[in-house]
Amino acid sequence: MKLTGAEILINCLIEQGVDTIFGYPGGSVLDIYDALYRNGKINHILTAHEQGAAHAADGYARATGKVGVCFATSGPGATNLVTGIATAYMDSVPLVAVTGNVGLNNLGRDSFQEVDIAGITMPITKHNYIVKDVKELAETIRRAFYIANSGRKGPVLIDILKNVQIAECEYEPAKPYPLKEFGLDAAAVKATAEAINGAARPVIIAGGGVIASGASAYLKQFAKKINAPVTYTLMGKGSIADGDARCLGMLGMHGTVSAVKAVMASDALIALGTRFSDRVALNRDLFANGKKVIHIDIDNAEFDKNVKTTMHVLADIDAYLKAVMPLLKERSDEWMDEVHSFEEGEKLKADTSLMAYKILKRACALAPKGNPVIADVGQHQMWTAQYFAAEKPRQFLTSGGLGTMGYSMGAAIGAAFGTGKLCTVVVGDGCFNMNMNELSTAVTNGVPLVILLMNNSVLGMVRQWQKIFYGRRFSQTTLNKKTDYVAFAESFGAKGLRITAESEIDPVLNEAYSYAAKNSCPVLVDCRISCDENVLPMIKPGQTYDAQLDKMEEN
Amino acid sequence: MDEVKKYTISALVSNRSGVLTRISGLFSRRGYNIESLTVCETEDAELSRMTVILKGDEYMLTQMIRQMDKLEDVKKIGCANELDCVYRQLLLVKVKADAEARSQLALIKEIYKAKIVDLSIDTMILELTGDPEKLDAFIRVTEPYGILEMQRTGVTVLARGAHTLKDRDCYGDHIN
Repeated sequence: MKLTGAEILINCLIEQGVDTIFGYPGGSVLDIYDALYRNGKINHILTAHEQGAAHAADGYARATGKVGVCFATSGPGATNLVTGIATAYMDSVPLVAVTGNVGLNNLGRDSFQEVDIAGITMPITKHNYIVKDVKELAETIRRAFYIANSGRKGPVLIDILKNVQIAECEYEPAKPYPLKEFGLDAAAVKATAEAINGAARPVIIAGGGVIASGASAYLKQFAKKINAPVTYTLMGKGSIADGDARCLGMLGMHGTVSAVKAVMASDALIALGTRFSDRVALNRDLFANGKKVIHIDIDNAEFDKNVKTTMHVLADIDAYLKAVMPLLKERSDEWMDEVHSFEEGEKLKADTSLMAYKILKRACALAPKGNPVIADVGQHQMWTAQYFAAEKPRQFLTSGGLGTMGYSMGAAIGAAFGTGKLCTVVVGDGCFNMNMNELSTAVTNGVPLVILLMNNSVLGMVRQWQKIFYGRRFSQTTLNKKTDYVAFAESFGAKGLRITAESEIDPVLNEAYSYAAKNSCPVLVDCRISCDENVLPMIKPGQTYDAQLDKMEEN
Repeated sequence: MDEVKKYTISALVSNRSGVLTRISGLFSRRGYNIESLTVCETEDAELSRMTVILKGDEYMLTQMIRQMDKLEDVKKIGCANELDCVYRQLLLVKVKADAEARSQLALIKEIYKAKIVDLSIDTMILELTGDPEKLDAFIRVTEPYGILEMQRTGVTVLARGAHTLKDRDCYGDHIN
């Protein structure tokens, strides 16, 4: 049948199983929005800003494992997606961003709302396309979904010129291209099995790749079989349940004492789907320090990029674990017993002040079990990683690689639409002020969110660094806003609550969760925490793990 | 940084617009410099062959090959080995050539098997094809006569024997 380019786009998205799109219309996508309207089969969520749409598509993808889709018009619509696309790229999130552009006859003439979005997004996408001919459109869309989802996942952008949206062409429905089975080198797998069997004190480092690969069940079995502890990166949180007997919690700059000690005491590191970022391998040259490094990843370019490996296997983590399991020997309890003797040091002081971790621990207990929790970027992000236990993969969502302040509101809307569940948002007041406009989107669409606004009136993480490294010169990190966040939430049509003392935590959180669930609406909880709470433990940039600090030495 | 050498990367890439930007971007964003670059269509109109000379250490080489290999537009990639490959580069050099110099330059040309492709009253353009070292040497001997301008193409390279770049097992083979 003959369809217009805009209709072909909508049909191809339906082919790919797309049920929800986040976006914002404009001059260069009018035909696409008209086709969307006439088709009526796809749910479109109109955000307040295109950045929110990109983060929503990202949150949808992280929470469901499906490809997230966002739409924007040419020019500013397209550039507003950029931060969201870069966020997805750094965290390997499958995303297809569709932008409209001016017609071919106006291309390259600095036309109204014209921008070279393909050029702009080249370094932050796995691939991108400018579609100039309607005959290439269907194949391009199918290919874009394949690329976003294959190998190491990531964002793909399709820029569709206005004339292509209008032009007609023959359309043949097709099935999504099946993902190719990733090959596995049996000899390399065997070599790693021998190395693992030969190690006395192995530690498993689980990264985001374990979640992307859907390998959590095998990870648990693998850890059990070799009787070794598991620590995870920020992106790997949820790959193993925080309550698992072998789980040591997060590794790295703000990692747990036991995870850091276990890595120091180990003789072999088994790194699964992780890239030894500078927040994990703070000193990449001394990180391994004579230990064997066994690296399994789906991205060939990650091997020896940051940390030199002893051996590596290019593989999908799920397939690797499946293949290696029968070759492994069981290990005695000696090493696990030693690991369990690593104490978490002195827990945070039992004072009566309102501290973020107290709220987060209670929120974790009171929130519906296993529902998504979305953390923005900064101190509250680290506290959420440390104190909000994740039970399963795709439960904890955050911007890890790019560290995008303002990520959480959009992402939570996407996660809520993807899962149909009430989500918890943990956001600092700095981050919230960046994309608080999306609260209106959540209200309009009846999205049940409990937004824990960690309000300390400062940019806490930057302030913490100013305390450690810049002699307490708090340059531009004191916010001092006069915003009444409860009134703000109410004015948007959301519910606003406040916690000012420890005794209020339970009653207010109970009210927040029950109100959000009952009324299917966002509830904002203004948590008035101290401006001088620090994220601890901490290892300074460039330092080795023996330099982990459990208290602050402030200059 | 380990020992710095010149490495030759050969790749078969999609023959379409934007590919060059995509690849050069991979180098520039790491602060790596492309020493020379040759791109042209191949026997298959869908593919271009690209030869990049990278000055760097082995870490840089491995990273660049692996990063390029991940690109959708890069179909095959490998590093040329000096012993097993034929390298060629083309040079055009315009030198001052008055009556006296002309005969001497003609002699140099004979020795290097270069060609005179343009002659005016006091200049000549010499053309020479060869491996990069031969061209370097030729430039050194013509320099004293006064080089007015010159241009070299990038390096082209093919492996000796029956091997072709197409035969290589690359990352793209795992996912496409």
